[in-house]
Amino acid sequence: MTRKMTGAKMIVQALIDQGVDTIFGYPGGAVLPIYDEVFQQNSIKHVLVRHEQGAVHAAEGYARSTGKPGVVLVTSGPGATNAVTGLTDALLDSIPLVVLTGQVPTFMIGSDAFQEADTVGITRPCTKHNWLVKDTDNLAGVLHEAFHVATSGRPGPVLVDIPKDVQFATGTYEPKKPSTSRYQPPVKGDMEEITELVAAIENAKRPVFYTGGGVINSGPGASQLLRELVEATNFPITSTLMGLGAYPASGGNWLGMLGMHGLYEANMAMHDCDLMINVGARFDDRITGVVDMFSPKSTKAHIDIDPSSINKIIRIDIPIVGDVGHVLEDLLKVWKSRGRKTNAEALDKWWKKINEWRSVDCLKFEQKGKVIKPQYALSRLEALTKDHDRYICTEVGQHQMWAAQYLGFEDPNRWMTSGGLGTMGYGFPASIGVQMAHRDALVINVAGEASWLMNMQEMGTAMQYGLPVKQFILNNERLGMVRQWQELLHGERYSQSWSESLPDFVKLAEAFGAKGIICSDPDDLDEAIKEMLAYDGPVIFDCLVEKHENCFPMIPSGKAHNDMLLAGVGTQGVIDAKGSVLV
Amino acid sequence: MSALKIKKGSTSHSAYNLRPNFSDVIERHTLAVLVENEPGVLARVIGLFSGRGYNIDSLTVAEVDHTGHLSRITIVTSGTPQVIEQIKAQLGRIVPVYEVHDLTVEGPSVERELAMFKVTGTGDKRVEALRLADIFRANVVDSTLETFVFEITGAPDKIDAFADLMRPLGLTDVARTGVAALPRGN
Repeated sequence: MTRKMTGAKMIVQALIDQGVDTIFGYPGGAVLPIYDEVFQQNSIKHVLVRHEQGAVHAAEGYARSTGKPGVVLVTSGPGATNAVTGLTDALLDSIPLVVLTGQVPTFMIGSDAFQEADTVGITRPCTKHNWLVKDTDNLAGVLHEAFHVATSGRPGPVLVDIPKDVQFATGTYEPKKPSTSRYQPPVKGDMEEITELVAAIENAKRPVFYTGGGVINSGPGASQLLRELVEATNFPITSTLMGLGAYPASGGNWLGMLGMHGLYEANMAMHDCDLMINVGARFDDRITGVVDMFSPKSTKAHIDIDPSSINKIIRIDIPIVGDVGHVLEDLLKVWKSRGRKTNAEALDKWWKKINEWRSVDCLKFEQKGKVIKPQYALSRLEALTKDHDRYICTEVGQHQMWAAQYLGFEDPNRWMTSGGLGTMGYGFPASIGVQMAHRDALVINVAGEASWLMNMQEMGTAMQYGLPVKQFILNNERLGMVRQWQELLHGERYSQSWSESLPDFVKLAEAFGAKGIICSDPDDLDEAIKEMLAYDGPVIFDCLVEKHENCFPMIPSGKAHNDMLLAGVGTQGVIDAKGSVLV
Repeated sequence: MSALKIKKGSTSHSAYNLRPNFSDVIERHTLAVLVENEPGVLARVIGLFSGRGYNIDSLTVAEVDHTGHLSRITIVTSGTPQVIEQIKAQLGRIVPVYEVHDLTVEGPSVERELAMFKVTGTGDKRVEALRLADIFRANVVDSTLETFVFEITGAPDKIDAFADLMRPLGLTDVARTGVAALPRGN
């Protein structure tokens, strides 16, 4: 059934048809007709953020914790440009978003009108796809296509730019139908390649699963299949920052996160393995270290829905293009039908080796004295919250790596962090998006004080919607990761890497009507965390921690996986001139 | 679609050689990219090349199927085999890109380019330019007492050769269309 309606009404109707229950946005001149329609309906809840960047990160948090696309509505010009960081963040982490921007009327486009920006031009490289809709009759079709593109294949952010006259004009609404789009990325993997991987699995002596965000994006079913495969083969498994939770941290085969700040056993296993099975990860430079020395002895299989990920960085021996869930299902079927074989004897030896690496206990730390170690703070947070229905967000920096190391993730979609772009200021708005989707859950944003200040205006949003998000700030009064690199690379010249003139976070919380807690004594920490958990409302937890703690293990720039720095060893001069140009 | 004579089975999914032989040798490849003729599609393709640091040696684009809203972009690019494979895969990711063909590896193809050369001179040089143009089957499309404009069609190296000959004879302006290419046979 087609109906006549205004463009603005079509937008709301299309969102309802797409099953959208929450949108994050900020009004302005070029989206007033849409906001007028938002006012006149009750199906969709609109969350008024305090800055458009916050809207996009909140939508990312919503998307990552639900598996559904996040929706953003912002105005033209500055509304759209403020969304750019969030779009880029979502593009690099493959998060499905539909961002709607207002635009000046079609007849004014190109005239340098008030609040005009070339939004589709600016966002072309930071979206999966974008559209400028110039005719109201096309609007509904484009919106449905936008949801299709955002969520199909490798997910990503899309943007629809809608001029104001298109919002006012009346056109024909096309209801949502099964997609007839030409954009239909294949999801099934090639059976020959899958069979080849099965043969490699049967013969592997030192295998390792290296999994990533693709498992999470493929849906909970993919995580289930991965768990089944890991248990059945008894292969060790590590994961990127993006893939944490696909396999449970409490699982016996879990090696912990790999990469630059990954665990010793995970990186050593990657380096020494003879079969690497990459499931939905992309050989990011934080993972590989220097590529010439990356896992030199292994046969490499790569399952990825995006053909461009394969052979981009690392040469692949067994390439499988397809959706992780579909490929794992076929893989399990073939492996079972061939008799569920593995080289158990060799695996046994491999596990002995891995357990030697594990015994290094690379995350051990000693909490002594009256200053809280950040590792201790996170260990206590883990102990006191792990039985809750818990979602964790982070900002970017040392605290993010410590959170990945010291918190355990048992399920997918429980961990929201800016992996690819490394966006300081991501975590707080993301926690708002998560809490909007999971009103009764415990949502914690593990933050550094510097990152947190980047989007602190969203306190207003948390208060307005009664979102009891817990802001757990590891406050070292430093840009900790920058400081660490300056220590390692720049002769301890700490250029601009400290946080001067910090606010009193307790008073700041109170100024917004939230609760503030400060803790500086390790003996008080448990009680303070319990107080935070007991409070029904937003909390800013100012945890004063050791100022010059470094994040270890660390693969220094320009080094291989088996060349890690561990805590408590000298760090001067470990990065040579060639490594120091890398980021 | 059928009028375009593009081989089936070499779409964005299966055209990629996922087991390429990597070497450091720079190769020149001609890619035919079939795209939805929508605003901004050329910017997406060009932005991909500039954003990821790939080379464009030549690029031509025009609508080839009005009812199907299809345009054909022919790109001549150069890079190591790994870079060429990455370019094709990245092109395949662009939503309005329907097909990517590597004409250099998908079998024999014909490449043609049209160029116009303005040659200014008098006396022997002018006569010599006209004589050489005849040898190259270039047409005179404009003439004054002191200038010729030659139109020449051919493979890019033929046009390069003609340009080399015209340079000492008073070549003042060049306009080249870039390469258009099609696979041979069926």
